[in-house]
Amino acid sequence: MDATAIGYALLGGVLIGVAASALLLINGRIAGVSGIAAGVVTPRRGDTAWRVAFLAGLLAGGALLALVQPHAFGRSPASHLVLGLAGFLVGVGTRLSNGCTSGHGVCGLARRSVRSLAATATFMACAAATVFVVAHLVPRLAP
Amino acid sequence: MKRLSAFACGVVFALGLGISGMTQPSKILAFLDIAGAWDPTLLFVMGGAVLVAGASFPRILRRDRAVLGDDFALPTRTAIDPRLLIGAALFGVGWGLSGYCPGPAIVSLATGSPAVIVFVLGLVIGLRTGAWLADMPPASDTRRPQRPATIPKGVFDVPPL
Repeated sequence: MDATAIGYALLGGVLIGVAASALLLINGRIAGVSGIAAGVVTPRRGDTAWRVAFLAGLLAGGALLALVQPHAFGRSPASHLVLGLAGFLVGVGTRLSNGCTSGHGVCGLARRSVRSLAATATFMACAAATVFVVAHLVPRLAP
Repeated sequence: MKRLSAFACGVVFALGLGISGMTQPSKILAFLDIAGAWDPTLLFVMGGAVLVAGASFPRILRRDRAVLGDDFALPTRTAIDPRLLIGAALFGVGWGLSGYCPGPAIVSLATGSPAVIVFVLGLVIGLRTGAWLADMPPASDTRRPQRPATIPKGVFDVPPL
């Protein structure tokens, strides 16, 4: 852990907080990416346009990053099969629990929601347990 | 105007994710690997975001409505129920398997990487499946229809002997 990395992490975190604050102040909406995406995947009349615009903004921001700072993107060590399964689990899980890292982890905690705190603690613990199994247990079982 | 501001918020949000390192699955996995070479840097991402949003949200919510005239659409659920905990657990497993949560995955789509496309396809199917599961009535409502309380006329209309 070096100071530069911490500086970038903090700066990025502040930008995420500013974006979430701006969406609440200007549009009156919560910047939870899984919830916004879910509203596009299973649309409801009259509540889709701002969601599509936000997701388009995410893509445009990603394109800008890919252009000026391609090192910002990394690869997942997981195979395509595992990535597809992981995406499915993330989709089902965030829909059942009504939020992900942004909805519960940032906006929910910012609203001091106990429900979001419970969700955040649960997904953090389960993610850490999964990494422990994949990184430390599985390699020992299959040499 | 609402679309333009949502778009701009999405751009800033994506830049925040990219600058902070959230679009690097290996960094996420190192952050989650408590038993290995733990990299706590990402604590500062969430810390910075929660600090800013935590300071601004209460002030913003003192307003009657949002700047562009909409009412604030805030989550209404407060229950810590099995659905919340099971969902969060499934999300955690998927996050730990891949190093992607929904925001960084969508931002990373811009690179055109097949791995990210596969993840987002899974994500879309998962969101649809989750919506379908969430719409199902709770288990207590799926019991077999009960017998009518009164015996329909005619069934036991045996003439008295």
